[in-house]
Amino acid sequence: MKISGRVWVFPDNVDTDAITPAKYFDKPGELRNHILETFDKTFPKEVQPGDVIVAGKNFGCGSSRETAPDVFPPLKVGVIVAESFGRIFYRNSVAIGLPILECPEVSKAFEKGQQMEVDLEEATVKNLTTGKTIQGKKLPPMLLNIIKGGGQIKLLKKEFKAAAKKK
Amino acid sequence: MSMTIAEKILARASGKEEVTPGEFITAKIDLAMTHIATAAVAAAYMGFPKRFKKVWDPEKIVMLEDHYVPAPNVQWATIHTMIRKFAKDYGIKYFYDVKAGICHQVLPERGHVRPGMLIVGTDSHTTTYGAFNAASAGIGNTDMTVVFSKGELWFQVPQSIGFNIEGKLEDRLMSKDIILYIAGKYGADVATYKSIEYTGKVMDDMTMASRMTMSNMGLEIGGKFAFGPPDNKITDFLKGRTNEPLNLVFPDEDAKYETVYDIDVTDMEPQVACPHTVDNVKPISEIEGTKVDQAFIGSCTNGRLEDLRIAAEILDGKKIHKDCRMIVIPASWEVYKDAMKEGILEKLIDAEAMICNCSCGPCFGAHMGLLAPKENCISSSNRNFRGRMGSDASGIYLASPATVAASAINGVITDPRKVE
Repeated sequence: MKISGRVWVFPDNVDTDAITPAKYFDKPGELRNHILETFDKTFPKEVQPGDVIVAGKNFGCGSSRETAPDVFPPLKVGVIVAESFGRIFYRNSVAIGLPILECPEVSKAFEKGQQMEVDLEEATVKNLTTGKTIQGKKLPPMLLNIIKGGGQIKLLKKEFKAAAKKK
Repeated sequence: MSMTIAEKILARASGKEEVTPGEFITAKIDLAMTHIATAAVAAAYMGFPKRFKKVWDPEKIVMLEDHYVPAPNVQWATIHTMIRKFAKDYGIKYFYDVKAGICHQVLPERGHVRPGMLIVGTDSHTTTYGAFNAASAGIGNTDMTVVFSKGELWFQVPQSIGFNIEGKLEDRLMSKDIILYIAGKYGADVATYKSIEYTGKVMDDMTMASRMTMSNMGLEIGGKFAFGPPDNKITDFLKGRTNEPLNLVFPDEDAKYETVYDIDVTDMEPQVACPHTVDNVKPISEIEGTKVDQAFIGSCTNGRLEDLRIAAEILDGKKIHKDCRMIVIPASWEVYKDAMKEGILEKLIDAEAMICNCSCGPCFGAHMGLLAPKENCISSSNRNFRGRMGSDASGIYLASPATVAASAINGVITDPRKVE
């Protein structure tokens, strides 16, 4: 599974309140315009389908709100590569089938606007602009299967279908 | 065998003799808690074939409403209705609706949390139950849908780390000061993916309420679980609240910890986390005098009886500064009633604090008590991310309830030891 795109770079400790501020939860349509704005005001305005995110340590720390990873598939953000993740954000990304990769050196290897290519199985992260490749942490097969299967709900429904056929 | 508390509980829950850090397991869930996320679980269930529309065990799920309570608008009122319908349709035995308080206070109070359990909740501060010797962690609504359906979930066995806390805490310092000190010294990601065990004399001497604050804020330093010491304070608290057996889980003497941090709290000053990260912590002497427009005591972190009690002691016979307003929210109906009986609420009202109904209140910045641009709030809650409690141009200072109360009197950040 290879994913490539234009890079946005975020610092350490980006929290889920910043990704999806709770004050817009009951204003349908508004939330989209405020994603990550406290870290980069241009992001909600200029993010394009196919873009990818690079971040420092502890990306997605804070609340368990699943709205945080949930906003990225509709924006068609292909993958998030961070030095480390808040553990619930990590779990939630896997659960919804959003490609995600830990890569300890990634912040230093990219600048905003460069092109990145990620091989999710091999956990390799290539800067297509500079030509340099760095190694991330391989996803365990269990999690890779959930992501490739489109997330937990899809897999659950598949399981139900199989069980229904058996009977 | 040499296992930590987390390893023992995960081994038991996955039917194994032993587990080791890094290993992926599928574990059976003993208890699942949901609040607003119930609505998202309900939405996922709508897409399930009819014969799979059931929960794995309606007696192992606790549901309540605490985030937008009472409903602030029609949208949330409608979501509450969905949640009530789900609880009814699926025969959820323990559904407290809007009538109990904040989940992390209510679950132990009502005897749902017991030592050795594996608990998941759709709230990051689910780590709070670690104070009761339970392995408890936050998850999202999709993982919770899997739990509701199958009663099991994948886990990676975490590394365990220790915080050994010794020394003597000064009067008017609280466990909140200790956990903020830890966040400031070691960073907001020191425990990411890891299981925390708090040990040492200071932890042994601590009340259950204070230990709950430590476990609650364990999440703010990244923790997956955050255990307090396994001792009879846990069983004493839970006796009379549950008839189930209470068997503490102890770590083996030769259990392996990735790191053990030694902390001495003697001579520690009150600590304050300054905007906009939980680890931007300063001793109070460095930021005394900073203007505060709002003071908040409440939340799953510090809305318990001892928190309200120390605030009342500090505010007794005084008034909140004319340029400052104060919101106090008891974490549960039990706390509310006890505070009323003890005369705590009267003292707070006389000081001109607003007492609001049991809920998450201003902590998550979407219901009430929001901040205007350029306003500062000193808060006993758990997060000070930019814009969390309102305007992106406001500032949140996290502190102990004692520091919050002292600051409300002067309208500026104040050392609680300096108030009579």
